[in-house]
Amino acid sequence: MVQIFGECNNDPLKSQEYLRLRFSPSSAPLQLRWRNNGLSADFLADYLITFFPSEENDPQSCEKEAELKGAVSYIANELLENAMKFNGSTSNVPIKLELMLYSDHLILCVSNHLPSENIAGFQSFIHELLNTEPQDLYVRQIERADQDDNMTTSGLGLLTMIDDYNAKLGWKFESILQEKADNIIQKGFISRFLNKIASLVSSQSQRAKLTVVTTMVQLSI
Amino acid sequence: MEIITEEYSIKYDVATATITWQGIMRLNGKEYAPLTTLLNDVMAQEPTQITFNLQGLKALNSSGITMLGRFVFGLQKKKTIQLLMQGSKDIAWQKKSVKNFQRLMPKLQFEWA
Amino acid sequence: MLEIFGDFHEEQDESKEFLMIGFSPGSTSLQQRWRNNGLSADFLADYMITFFPSDENDPSTLEREEELKGAVAYIANELLENAMKFNDFSFESHVSLQVHLYTDHLTLMVSNNLPIENVLGFKSFIHELLNTPSDELYIRQIERADDDESGTTSGLGLLTMIDDYNAKLGWKFETIQQHPEIIVVTTMVQLSF
Repeated sequence: MVQIFGECNNDPLKSQEYLRLRFSPSSAPLQLRWRNNGLSADFLADYLITFFPSEENDPQSCEKEAELKGAVSYIANELLENAMKFNGSTSNVPIKLELMLYSDHLILCVSNHLPSENIAGFQSFIHELLNTEPQDLYVRQIERADQDDNMTTSGLGLLTMIDDYNAKLGWKFESILQEKADNIIQKGFISRFLNKIASLVSSQSQRAKLTVVTTMVQLSI
Repeated sequence: MEIITEEYSIKYDVATATITWQGIMRLNGKEYAPLTTLLNDVMAQEPTQITFNLQGLKALNSSGITMLGRFVFGLQKKKTIQLLMQGSKDIAWQKKSVKNFQRLMPKLQFEWA
Repeated sequence: MLEIFGDFHEEQDESKEFLMIGFSPGSTSLQQRWRNNGLSADFLADYMITFFPSDENDPSTLEREEELKGAVAYIANELLENAMKFNDFSFESHVSLQVHLYTDHLTLMVSNNLPIENVLGFKSFIHELLNTPSDELYIRQIERADDDESGTTSGLGLLTMIDDYNAKLGWKFETIQQHPEIIVVTTMVQLSF
């Protein structure tokens, strides 16, 4: 089953330049891995800049380059922080981050497993995000955070993408079978073959369903 | 009062009531607690104006923006302390996001370096 | 069709941590994207080192960490440079780089499309690499590079991995399409620590 919210192109056009990162799901504690979010976001932004050969003598193009780099690094870091926070520790779904470059915009996509108990809450926040004036929601989120010290701040991250970076956001919620998730980890021919046999003999009852959520952010350039 | 780590630092100068922020802050939500404590201690001293020098704070994640937002919101409720933010337009998040603090505290002043 | 040379094995499930990067073949010139090889290699090394919780008070673990980081960055960069140089960009498939971490070793793997006309030459170099004493091959490669002004020989990079970093190397040649024939080569480097 697939559910779409906001501006989420289910099958985006092929881009000429892309970069795909796939991270193992957590086995090390989140605290230890936290620095890798910023590291990965900065790498993505730095990688992207290669495709914008700016004139070193032209302050305007240098400024534009720095702005784009800052925006991509901020957004990618927020997406990864959320994905790492919410990706359930019980699943073996890898976390994916993808950057796709087009002539006048770029797309950042992150996908992760979302534990079933968090789905309703997240979808209701998405609804709020898409149907509330950003200014009002900004103040509301700060007030909420002020009242609840334990509140995770994912709301403000997504809100700033829309409000401060003029990004378009969309989400895809997809139910997949656990074993399909296993196969997402690309294997060689032989293990793919063995997996297939294993999946044929495994009984229906052993197949657990998982929800994978993809967040898609479109940014004009 | 100061907190210094490899990635970032925050220092309070009592004489000028200035908090200088530097480095890259991308902490995981609750890790901001010691910084919030420092900010609250500064607020408790009740200076007439507090200055935030953000010109060296190259990156701040949304959890960090939330921490700053809550502080600004606190000042707005208190009404007795003025806040001046000194930022840099060369730093992406400041150029994009710093205006939001004015929504929480309309009298907030900005200075761009 | 599948052919294996040297120490090559499919990744096992016991790999606790991994990172995979897929690069678009792209339209941008090789020269322009060249810096991205180093950038990606450094990132991979820096990312991976997170999972080595070294003791800040013990200089020897810090030193080992730095050494490993340097080795991974060097090897990943060499692998990527080769893959980008030799990748057949006429097909729509990407170059991929991955690192898998185990308790006592790690593996680095890079895959790319190898143009059909380069397959034989590469296999014969692999044979030479696996069957020649390294000092002898080192000198031979330097002489060859001296003759070859274009400087596109990949041999020395692979040789230094074995010789200077004690790495184990293996290759998989896989025919993924028959008409026209497309061959993907995967180079695997195992590094103990």
